[in-house]
Amino acid sequence: MNGVKKSSSGDKLYKLFIYVVLTTLAVVILVPVGWVFLASIRQNSEFYGNPWTLPAGFYWQNFVNAWNAANMGSYMLNSVLVTALSLIILLVVALPAAYCLSRFRFRGGRFLNTCFMAGLFINVNYIVVPIFLMMRDWDSWMNYFFGKTVFLNNLLMLALVYASTALPFTVYLLSGYFATLPHDFEEAAYIDGAGYGQAMVRVIFPMAQPSIITIILFNFLSFWNEYIISMTLMSSSTGQKTLPVGLLNLMQGQQSKAEFGIMYAGLVLVMLPTLILYMCVQKKLTQGMTVGGLKG
Amino acid sequence: MRSKRRSRFLVLCVAPAAILFFLFMIVPTLNVFRMSLFERGAYSPTETFVGMSNFRALIRDAKFIASMQNTILLIVTVTVITFFFAIVFAAILTREKIRGQNFFRIVFYIPNILSVVVIAGIFSAVYKPENGMLNSIFSLLSGHDVMILWKVQPMVIVSIIIAMVWQAIGYYMVMYMASMAAVPISLYESAGLDGAGRLTQFFQITLPLIWTNIRTTLTFFIISNINMAFLFVKAMVAKGASDVALSFMYNQKDAGLYGYSMAAGVVIFLFSFLLSALVNQVTKREVLEM
Repeated sequence: MNGVKKSSSGDKLYKLFIYVVLTTLAVVILVPVGWVFLASIRQNSEFYGNPWTLPAGFYWQNFVNAWNAANMGSYMLNSVLVTALSLIILLVVALPAAYCLSRFRFRGGRFLNTCFMAGLFINVNYIVVPIFLMMRDWDSWMNYFFGKTVFLNNLLMLALVYASTALPFTVYLLSGYFATLPHDFEEAAYIDGAGYGQAMVRVIFPMAQPSIITIILFNFLSFWNEYIISMTLMSSSTGQKTLPVGLLNLMQGQQSKAEFGIMYAGLVLVMLPTLILYMCVQKKLTQGMTVGGLKG
Repeated sequence: MRSKRRSRFLVLCVAPAAILFFLFMIVPTLNVFRMSLFERGAYSPTETFVGMSNFRALIRDAKFIASMQNTILLIVTVTVITFFFAIVFAAILTREKIRGQNFFRIVFYIPNILSVVVIAGIFSAVYKPENGMLNSIFSLLSGHDVMILWKVQPMVIVSIIIAMVWQAIGYYMVMYMASMAAVPISLYESAGLDGAGRLTQFFQITLPLIWTNIRTTLTFFIISNINMAFLFVKAMVAKGASDVALSFMYNQKDAGLYGYSMAAGVVIFLFSFLLSALVNQVTKREVLEM
């Protein structure tokens, strides 16, 4: 009798311990994030005292200043544009390619498949410098012949590079899905008189919708958050910038100017869209993460 | 006729992807290796072949050696800490009925969806010397003013480790929870009847059964750590305060030493390749089927 009781109180203690540990970890994650949200509505003078006081009031001016004076508004627009463009380019290019590579046998198909697989191991951080130099060389050619540059400091080109670097992972993921579908679907469509393109767009793509949504989610996060390529290819001090790069400049400038409120408002502007998206689709993301685990 | 239409369709579908992939991934990758053998003018595209001299200079460069040491230090510490806690927490969470499990799962995943720039911003508030979150907590606990300078030597590497673990731990925890949930509960029940305690069950059942998953993620994590360390250092640390391998490479590019930068890139690439082969070899176990 005694033994049973002892083990049950030990069980309780163990449970309590688990809750303490889990809550600690949750607090460690939530508190810094929440702190930044609170800091974004503080006045600048509030940043010199005890960090654990609540904000004196809602100082929305931080967001107005960040949006206008610190250019976050136009950076936001740039980021939205680049992210949307890259996603569109990626889908338009990757979907048909993945479809053909996984469902048709043709000369060079296997070779291309292997190439895309190998591409999974190429990380952009290694090749960002050669991409930059290549585009700078193209620009000097363009400048020589046409008197203007088009490759560096161009949002469209940035989107093109984003889409290209996401191709291996996307093609890999989509091919995996397309390969599982039986060929009867297209056969039926061909008999009904559909061409290759029609069968692909009308019959196969709608079925791939769950995979397409997964791809949009993961790539949205990586394009929206990316800053190394953007920083390198959009390096002109007067040119356009994406939101993370703009924020990084703000943070580095902040060390001398000390405009904390604006900086934290900028932080909130960058993370809010991803957090909102996450709240809407968190189930999908945490389920799809086993595939996302391949990315880096 | 049909075969002609077929091949036209195939070319139309595959060519754009192949061209983009070739232009922005294959060519730059080949260029990394080619350019490491050349000296390139900072402002003119003229290149002179210099053979292995970039590499010879590299292995004598104390800054490069230091950056590699930092990289190895970060790989080891971040991987050990992250994996230890992620696996232990995941084992606890999947075996027990926890109220609010979904809440914890959602919260733990949050750092993974934030940009590294945002994380750097968050941690600048954590690490602020005068009244940052961390120092103020330490002051409260110790009773006197603590003023640790987190972002300068020698603490800078510790602050990077903390931020990287903070970012990664929840993601891997949720991942292992998913794979541990697939272990049949009957195994634990019969082990429990045989008198095996929680620890024994963990080492004899859980760990062996998810080993394949751990092994793949471990290799992946180590490789991605080289990249993440670069992203964190670039966003969090003042230039030159502390370097990791890839940030050393990037700084050489900023200095206009392109050939030298690419030689560093080649060394880091080979290093990561060898490291993943090594990890793969060391973690080889007999695969147990569930």
